[in-house]
This record gives sequence, C-alpha cells and structure tokens, in this order.
Amino acid sequence: MSSGACAPYDLKCKECGKSYGNQPLSICDECFSPLEVFYDLDAVKGSVTRESIAAGPASIWRYRALLPIPEGFQPDLPVGFTPLVKANNLGKRLGASDIYVKNDAVCFPTLSFKDRVVAVALANARYFGFDTVGASSTGNLANSVAAQAARLGLKSCILIPADLEPAKILNTLIYGARLVRIDGNYDHVNRLCSLIADQYNWGFVNVNLRPYYAEGSKTMGYEIAEQLGWRLPDNVVVPMAGGSLIRKIKKAFDELVYLGIVEAKHVKFFGAQATGCSPITHAVKNNLERHEPQKPNTIARSLAIGNPADGPYAARLIRDTGGWGEDVSDVEVVSGIQELAETEGIFTETAGGVTTAVTAKLFAQGRIGKDETTVVCITGNGLKTTDVLQGRYDIGRAVKPRLAEFDAYLRELDGLPAEEAELVAQ
Amino acid sequence: MSIKVLLPTAFVRHTDGVKKVDSAATNLPGLVDDLGVKFPALGAHIKDEQGKLRPFINVYVNDEDIRFLGGESHTFEDGDEIMLIPSIAGGCV
Repeated sequence: MSSGACAPYDLKCKECGKSYGNQPLSICDECFSPLEVFYDLDAVKGSVTRESIAAGPASIWRYRALLPIPEGFQPDLPVGFTPLVKANNLGKRLGASDIYVKNDAVCFPTLSFKDRVVAVALANARYFGFDTVGASSTGNLANSVAAQAARLGLKSCILIPADLEPAKILNTLIYGARLVRIDGNYDHVNRLCSLIADQYNWGFVNVNLRPYYAEGSKTMGYEIAEQLGWRLPDNVVVPMAGGSLIRKIKKAFDELVYLGIVEAKHVKFFGAQATGCSPITHAVKNNLERHEPQKPNTIARSLAIGNPADGPYAARLIRDTGGWGEDVSDVEVVSGIQELAETEGIFTETAGGVTTAVTAKLFAQGRIGKDETTVVCITGNGLKTTDVLQGRYDIGRAVKPRLAEFDAYLRELDGLPAEEAELVAQ
Repeated sequence: MSIKVLLPTAFVRHTDGVKKVDSAATNLPGLVDDLGVKFPALGAHIKDEQGKLRPFINVYVNDEDIRFLGGESHTFEDGDEIMLIPSIAGGCV
C-alpha cells in the first residue's frame, strides 16, 4: 500500500542527539530527555511527490513513506483522511472569510484523531513482538487502542482516571479490552504506566512506543496541506493536552516544504486549552520557558493533563511562529460545542468545544486576520461526551398524531399563547 | 532521618542496576548531590550546566509532584518515598 520508497528513520534524543536505532524506548539514557523519530528525507526527495501520494489509498497510509512504519507491515484499516470542510457559517459568526474545519470527529475507526497515532504505534508494537499493548488514557486513546488491538489480534490493557465519561468507558470495554480505572487524575495514571512499562513486557503506545505513536499526528498536517490543494494555511488552531499534536503538524508542514511538495510559508500556530487545565497557554501568556504544572479541573477531560510532556516545546513553537495560546471556561466550552453543531453540522466533544471557543476568542482579539486562511482542528466526537449537555435541551411534550395538534404545537413553540394556538388549530 | 528513593529504569545504566536507595538528604538539591556521591556516573547525567536536576526529570514525594510542595525548598520528612520519573506523558493531543 506504500507509495514509493520509505524514508529511513531512527530514534534520536531531541536534546543531546544520541542515536538509538529503532527500539521500544522513549527516554534518552544520557540526559533523560524524550526521544524523537528522525528521518533521512533526502533519501526520498524526488520520489515522494504530490502524484505518488495521491496514488495511495484514501487514508493515512498514503503518507506511509513519511511515517515510521516497519517494512512488511500491511495496514488494513482505512484510518484518517477525514474531511477538511470550508466553514462559511461559522466564519460568518466569527467574522472570518476563509476558515476550515479539519473534522477528526469522524476519524475511522473510533471517531477521534487518536486513531492516527494508534495505527502507527500498533504497527510498531507488532514489529517489536509485543502480544499485549496498553495505554494511559483520558478516553479517546483508550477507545482507539482497544479497537485497533482487537483488529490486529493483540491483547490490550488500558488505564484511565476512575471518573472518566461513561461513554468513553463503554467504548473501550466493548472491544474486549482489559480496563483498569485508577483512583487519580491523568497525571497519576500516566506516572503509574511508566512504572508498569518498566515491569511488564507490554507495548504502551504512549510510554515505550511513544516516539513512534506521536509521529502518527503528522498525518493531520499532511492532510490539511493536501486538502487545501497542496498549500499551507496562514493559521492553525490546535487543542493541546500533552502538547504533541501542535508540534507534529508543524513537523509535517516542514517536511512537505523540505521535499518541495508545498511552497514555504510562514504559518502561525495557535494552541487551545480549557482554563481549568491550561499549563501551556499560561506559559505562553507569561512568557515562561517551562510551564508550571496544574491540577486539572475542567469538563474537557480529554485535554486535562496538568503536566504536559511536550508543554515546553509547544509553548516555544507557538511563540516562535507568532501565534498565541488562549483558554476558555467550561461554560464557553459547551457554547463552542453548540456553535459548531449549529453552524456546520459537526458535533464535537468537549475538546472541540475548547478549540471552537478559543478560535472565536482569537478572532475577537484580532490575533487572527479575518481574510487569512485558518484551519481549526477538531479532534473528537460529541457522542462521547453527551453528559456535559445534560439538561441543556427541552425535548418537548409528546404530540398526538394529528395535523391540527402539530400546527398548534409549532405555534406553541413559536411562543403564541395557548388559547390563540388552540384557535389556530381549530 | 532517612528517605527512600526510587530510580527509573532509564537511570540503571549509571547505577549498576540499583533502582532503590536510601538517602539522608533533607531536600531536593541535597538529594541530587547525594545521588552524585552514591553513583558518580549518574550524578554527571542528571545535572544540567547549573548543577540542578535536568528539567525532564519529574520528582514525586509520596505521590505528590514536588512542584506542588514548593520545589527545591520543600523539606523531606523521615520515611518519605521519593520517586524520580523522566517526563514521557502523552494523553490526548
């Protein structure tokens, strides 16, 4: 399924540059910094082209040559390649004339952008010989690991904060995954997973497989560029939890420029968080080199990471590109969910509410120009977080199956007095 | 006064495989120095140019991030369990 030769890749330390080849490892043993996948892009310059990519399947695998996918792996799930929709109605509300929504609320197979990273992580889990895979998750990752592990015939063990949304718990258990609810927040869960990964020979997608896993996020960047007609936008608005996605979209854009597939352009990166867990936007606003960890308190639980591993990198990226980090209250998060649904027919989860509401704020502040090309990254589906909308809508009374009753009811909804509505009905 | 210190797997190359150690340090700078004395090879790796613990290493005191307790000025108590864990995190986006 690959298009052309793949770029050779290996793990290197982001800070000290030590090379590690390819192995399930995420920390440098010299300076204890995170490892990252580096590619020899020169090896594919000229062979990976717009045409070679377009000839690939309608999924993330069309970018396989630019991903860390072991030779011989045969992908069979059409993950990603989600719609990029021009959002004219939302644009009217925000005063934006060229705004797009990258809609990972409909990502295959589990309706979040996590399907991208898990697809890449599990390809490597299988290659490294793990028979059990795991994850520490705020929900979407749990769903995706459980589903894709089932498909690949791998066992899965997922750790989540105990108070996660019921839909996200059910959407993990249905695939036969072993689920362990931890009495603590995500940061506690994550810390425990790093200890477990030391003791058990499991492939934890966001611990020992993390460098590979994180590369899957690049596909969102490739798709944005391709779906804009092989050009880069002026601005990207990205939700931030661990701070990885925003960096990987930038990495994807840089690679496409390096390979001569798109023209170089200065893209501003904007990061979105919920105020109740906003270590990265706080660092941006206060010009801090390192974020201060926070104890999360927000309904946007998929973004509730108080001590984000990629926080310092994300904050630096936002500053270096001339973007901004902004955050919104839980009330604004719900309004953001409603606004995107009402204007564009896209039902997103709380993280998407954060991103939509932050986008509105950025336009209101004048930080994004109204005629610039702006892409808003929506990363998850609203059906998973319906609990935050409880009590928001009146479902109305049951109406008798008669036309007159229906007429009367509509007038009642329009606010006509009951007697008048009854008269009209007669 | 004695605290228990748990070291991550990433450290063991510099500690001859030791993952648990007792220390009499009363605060974080004291612990970093003590680890450097006990394991000279490790000491050279966990400190930055200013002699402080490298930024990607998180420190937990009885399950609480030391930064919520006052960081370097926090005083350890007898019997405290200190965990050093490199930052890998992950989560959603």
